[in-house]
Amino acid sequence: MAELLQFVFSGLTVGAIYALVALGFTLIYKASDIINFAQGEFVMLGGMTTVFVTLAGVSLPLAALIAIIVTTAIGLALHRFAIEPARGASPVALIMITIGASIFLRGVAQIIFDRRFHSLPSLFGGDPIKFGGAAILPQSLVVLASAMVIVTLLWLFIDRTLLGKAVIATAANRLAARLIGVDTRRIVDFSFAVSAAIGAIAGVLITPIALTSYDVGTMLALKGFAAVMLGGIGSALGAVIGGLLIGLFEALAAGYLSSNYKDAVAFLIILVVLVSIPQGLFGRTKIERV
Amino acid sequence: MIILQTDQLSIAFGGVRAIDGVNLAIESGQVYSIIGPNGSGKTTLFNLVSGIYSPDDGSIRLAGEDVTGLAPDQLARRGLSRTFQNLQIFSRMSVLENVMVGRHRHERTGIFADLFHWPSVACQNQATVKAARAALARVDLADSAGLPAGSLAYGALKRLEIARALASEPTLLLLDEPAAGCNPVETEEIDTVIRSIVKDGITVVLVEHDMRLVMNISSRIHVLASGRTLTEGTPEQVRSNVAVVQAYLGIHGSQESNRAFH
Amino acid sequence: MRTLLETRLLPAIVVAVIVVMLPYFFPSAYYYRVGALVFIFTLAVVGLNLLMGFAGQVSLGHAGFLGIGAYSVVIGPVYFGLPSWLCVFVGATVSGAVAFLVGRPILRLKGHYLAVATLGFGLLVAIVLTNEASWTGGPDGMSVPKLALFNWQVRGSDAWYWIAGTTLVGGFVLALNLMESPTGRALQAIHDSEIAALVLGIDVARKKLTVFVISAMYASVAGSYLALFNGHVTPDVAGFLRSIELVAMVVLGGMGSIVGSLVGAAVLVVLPQVLTIFHEYEQALLGFILMVFMIFLRRGIVPSVAATFAGRRK
Repeated sequence: MAELLQFVFSGLTVGAIYALVALGFTLIYKASDIINFAQGEFVMLGGMTTVFVTLAGVSLPLAALIAIIVTTAIGLALHRFAIEPARGASPVALIMITIGASIFLRGVAQIIFDRRFHSLPSLFGGDPIKFGGAAILPQSLVVLASAMVIVTLLWLFIDRTLLGKAVIATAANRLAARLIGVDTRRIVDFSFAVSAAIGAIAGVLITPIALTSYDVGTMLALKGFAAVMLGGIGSALGAVIGGLLIGLFEALAAGYLSSNYKDAVAFLIILVVLVSIPQGLFGRTKIERV
Repeated sequence: MIILQTDQLSIAFGGVRAIDGVNLAIESGQVYSIIGPNGSGKTTLFNLVSGIYSPDDGSIRLAGEDVTGLAPDQLARRGLSRTFQNLQIFSRMSVLENVMVGRHRHERTGIFADLFHWPSVACQNQATVKAARAALARVDLADSAGLPAGSLAYGALKRLEIARALASEPTLLLLDEPAAGCNPVETEEIDTVIRSIVKDGITVVLVEHDMRLVMNISSRIHVLASGRTLTEGTPEQVRSNVAVVQAYLGIHGSQESNRAFH
Repeated sequence: MRTLLETRLLPAIVVAVIVVMLPYFFPSAYYYRVGALVFIFTLAVVGLNLLMGFAGQVSLGHAGFLGIGAYSVVIGPVYFGLPSWLCVFVGATVSGAVAFLVGRPILRLKGHYLAVATLGFGLLVAIVLTNEASWTGGPDGMSVPKLALFNWQVRGSDAWYWIAGTTLVGGFVLALNLMESPTGRALQAIHDSEIAALVLGIDVARKKLTVFVISAMYASVAGSYLALFNGHVTPDVAGFLRSIELVAMVVLGGMGSIVGSLVGAAVLVVLPQVLTIFHEYEQALLGFILMVFMIFLRRGIVPSVAATFAGRRK
């Protein structure tokens, strides 16, 4: 029982990160129909930038803030310089552009930073809390709590503010949104910026537990994508639940089956979901008109 | 012989009954038109009959055989072919190659023959080219054979789709708004093409808005409104039907259709 | 009778000429090695081009088949005592079978769903190769027994240059044959409009599966050659980066251009050789190239060049 609880907690912790990555995917997808494969790099950049800025002598909170701002700027640049010029390209072409961007960012990170693993100090110290026989890291609780706060804030924003409504409008019908005066370019800018920020925050939060290095982005992007597929593309609730479920399945598989194949869980889930329920748990199928 | 028959055919999309209990009985060798206001379900009916949608209720019989729920390629092999309202041209291929694809169901080479280019493939290619050129000649596009399909004018593309559909040697041909967006000259050309197709014994089912063309060329007309049959009959019967005039033709429309008779 | 310039096999003839003439320009024996690598990768890219450029089906996990081919020529000889040349065929058959099994469900998907499904597949292959260490030697890989033909141990870059070059010409011929056949026309049709293809009687699912299997076998042979040539194989051969490299080669050379496959492979094989001192910049450069081409030069090098010349002739 204690073992199960342990797996559940570590699974949910990592799942919260997947959920945040998935949320970033969903936000950009809803505003622009693009699958941003570089989403995982935002998490990497958040963690790595914070590490190297603290190494330069800056305090942790300030370093984290700088990292988040830098990553947000990179997200914006990605939209303006890589996505915007290619507007009108096929969905697959756009995916390849974002894959190219992801590899590019990885390659640059490798040069600017280094190839080693790095960590950050936990927010409340490293002593695990005992709960029902399991040992929970305080940082885990920070991650889970932060994820909940971010999801709630995002939901409130989309639901209650005018800007949020503009995002929904852009997602539903770009041309119609422009006709009623929505600056759709700014909206997509915004979605990239917010996704990057969310990713960076996730990166800062998870580094004390899972470490970071220049190449963590790829796996995170893929697992975040698995979460989106599982939850149903276009559904924010689906993204969060999908992320938590993937994290959970991974931890349980690693604990009870084989830790070697931990990473395979997400990809198996992708294949199974795509083949059986392509619209995911909370998604809707589109009808094609001929 | 009844070549196409539907019985209480119905389909709904998320609560909207796009087609509701439609019965068709189309005799072979004639031109049968389906008309109705926008949104009345004409293209949906075509999509049902050509296997793109699966009906929720009812049945479809092609030359007596129950083909309800069969996929488009299975129907193609049973002699059904169609064109599309929003052109589905193979824009990367040449005009001739587009029509050559239409010959696919008559081509008899396998993957190994194709990979190693056995003599049977060269023979097949020659035969296909010949048949494709013949189909192009029928729609008066023989001179454009080598051009990239994407470079043709709109009216020519509509004829290209017809040539492609003809190349598969159908017994039943569904034409989805072949005259849409065509000027009077192009529409006249479509009229000529359809007449020559019917003369060869192919049954043509037409969805059209151009009332002059419809009244000129049809043996029988089926009027749809809101997914249901409003009436069915000869052109004279339809154009004098009060309900049809109200729902669809309007005063201008009936003037147009009158002109077809004088 | 068509003119020589219009003959179906012209690209294959051009490649054959290149293969034969190129060594005259080699300043040293080292260039045989580069040439062999270019030809090996071109083979994989031709297969991928048939799938992506010609038939319009994206595959972001194609290195998985590269990996199956590569490990076949290790596992076969080491654990089963099979001769290496036979294992090339066995690998191709296994790849084809895997492509058949995996392709049937996932080729029903389109667009980004298909992209991610193939991505997942490629990663799963890489993970299995990394983990089943008792068979594959794990992350460090295994060394590959040399190819032996008629009691002659094949060694040396020049031998492999000719083997890869000849196989490539053969691969070109098959691909060019396919493109000008009923199956080829059906595949092109599927790329442009699946629904029109269906309506004309084309069994779309079966055709997609066919080209998927063929492209897998091309990649498998290339992977086998790579392993035999290098003498060593690691799970990276099936990895994500390798898959994206293959896609980049297709995009660079020109999607759907068989000749472009050679150009794309040549650029991306030669570049790291030229920039050996800048090995660190490889990833950043790969990503940059992919981005730039997909944004500005989506057609790729060869079709763009051809279009410029066609425009000038008028």
